[in-house]
Amino acid sequence: MIDREQVHKVAHLARLDLTADEEAAFTKQLSSILEYFEQLSELDTENVPPTTRAIELSNVARPDQLQPTVSHDELLKEAPAQEDDFFRVPQILND
Amino acid sequence: MASIRELHKQLVRKERSAVEITTETLERIQKLEPQLHSFLHITADLAMEQAKAVDQKIAAGEEIGLLAGIPMAVKDNMCMQGIPTTCASRILENFVPPYESTVTERLRESGAVILGKTNLDEFAMGSSTENSGFGRTCNPWDLSRVSGGSSGGSAVAVASEEAPLALGSDTGGSIRQPASLCGVVGMKPTYGLVSRFGLVAYASSLDQIGPFARSVEDAAILLGAIAGYDPRDATSLKVEIPDYAKLLRPNFHPKARLRIGVIKETFGSGLDAQVEEKVKTAIEVLQQLGAEIQVISCPRFGYGLPAYYIIAPSEASANLARYDAVRYGLRDEKAENLVEMYKKTRAEGFGTEVKRRIMLGTYALSAGYYDAYYLKAQKVRTLIKQDFDSAFEKVDVLVCPTSPTTAFKAGEKTDDPLQMYLSDLMTIPVNLAGLPAVSVPCGFDQDGLPIGLQLIGKVLREDLLLQVAHAYEQSTEWHFQKPTLKQK
Repeated sequence: MIDREQVHKVAHLARLDLTADEEAAFTKQLSSILEYFEQLSELDTENVPPTTRAIELSNVARPDQLQPTVSHDELLKEAPAQEDDFFRVPQILND
Repeated sequence: MASIRELHKQLVRKERSAVEITTETLERIQKLEPQLHSFLHITADLAMEQAKAVDQKIAAGEEIGLLAGIPMAVKDNMCMQGIPTTCASRILENFVPPYESTVTERLRESGAVILGKTNLDEFAMGSSTENSGFGRTCNPWDLSRVSGGSSGGSAVAVASEEAPLALGSDTGGSIRQPASLCGVVGMKPTYGLVSRFGLVAYASSLDQIGPFARSVEDAAILLGAIAGYDPRDATSLKVEIPDYAKLLRPNFHPKARLRIGVIKETFGSGLDAQVEEKVKTAIEVLQQLGAEIQVISCPRFGYGLPAYYIIAPSEASANLARYDAVRYGLRDEKAENLVEMYKKTRAEGFGTEVKRRIMLGTYALSAGYYDAYYLKAQKVRTLIKQDFDSAFEKVDVLVCPTSPTTAFKAGEKTDDPLQMYLSDLMTIPVNLAGLPAVSVPCGFDQDGLPIGLQLIGKVLREDLLLQVAHAYEQSTEWHFQKPTLKQK
């Protein structure tokens, strides 16, 4: 259903560093879960529309008025690293 | 422990002060926590401050609301300003939200006394609270067994009288299943009835906040306090909120001719024989109360589980992308570049089940698989909804077991995720259809473990649902039973 190589690729897409043991365990477990999902093919859904959420909603519009929000400082305080007014992160681009 | 109305009377008559009630409750928590571990964080100072404010109001002769001075617990995935909110995850271990969730804001305004934040399966992903990054919560009826989950801490806090009320969240059964396994009332309202602003998102098309209580009336009081439109939640419904607690009556209305449907598909294989027996007895009680009982088929009910385990992890994989070690939460400091920092931080900060669901969701949404999994699951969701729609043309309320088994042993299902997922079989279809549902105690198995009856209502018919649940509860004695706990 899903092999080790695919698990490795999906982990990269999900930005997860998996250990070799985790990769092996997930390959086995995800395969059996995906196999379990196979039963959905028993249902004919050819002309069935998808449901994205249970209760129908319409867009909500409101006047664009200034409201108090959480302050800059309070938000920055929660960041693992900050410098001046910015979130600080390690190198993004290669040399 | 007294009901909310009794506690309110005691306060108003000045028989007991809010400070006394809060102090006694905090003392009980201190004594029981070493064996139960319902709480991740106890907010004793805040609680005492809130209790004092209520006592001052009473002393000044001001009128107080029903929840004023009533202690309660909050699941640790709802943000409270200045109080740690961890979602039982190492990735948020030191996170202190700079803002307040709407539900806790409403509770604070009502004068409620917040005791602390309760344990859960990490990010509300699980059915046993064993996936907590900070240790599991024990079932007060048998400490070697699980509390259910994901809102296990809230369920246990109420069951063990550490708190008369608690809030939980329910994405696939996370309020009702632990309520059933711990012998308390737990309710998931209609999708959109209670604001989710400040609730840490798991699966946004399914998440809903709801109450835990020791009686239906107490649950109705708490629901009334948290329900209602909130412009800060785009999915919040603009509807009138009835006084749920006031509408309760000890019997069914003689003119109501209430029709109750028993979901046939829930009585198949996998259902524990003792659970089946007690649920069937409960249905007889409903019949004696005057309800007309019909057997109803929801042919696609069983497909809810596979559909859910595609939809919820898919949404979770997107929602949990925000844990990037940039704006808040844990960061791996050794990483030399950005992508490495994401990967190492998330590997370190997330537990196994969260990783598993992120992997599952990322796979289901990835190129080439979207139609086969996510789109297919959403179409199946439509079919499950259609089954409920046609059922509710024939009946007013549906009943079935809440959980196929009573509380299982800790560790029993941790190595087999699929077995763990199966314990949500009866609750998941309700979330997929957005319906309100409540679990009420309906007996015990031979080991003395609680069994829950699930009642499911039409969209926004919490009023009727609670009336039926209340009438059932009032004609039984189950809700008076308490676990025996040795205070250490």
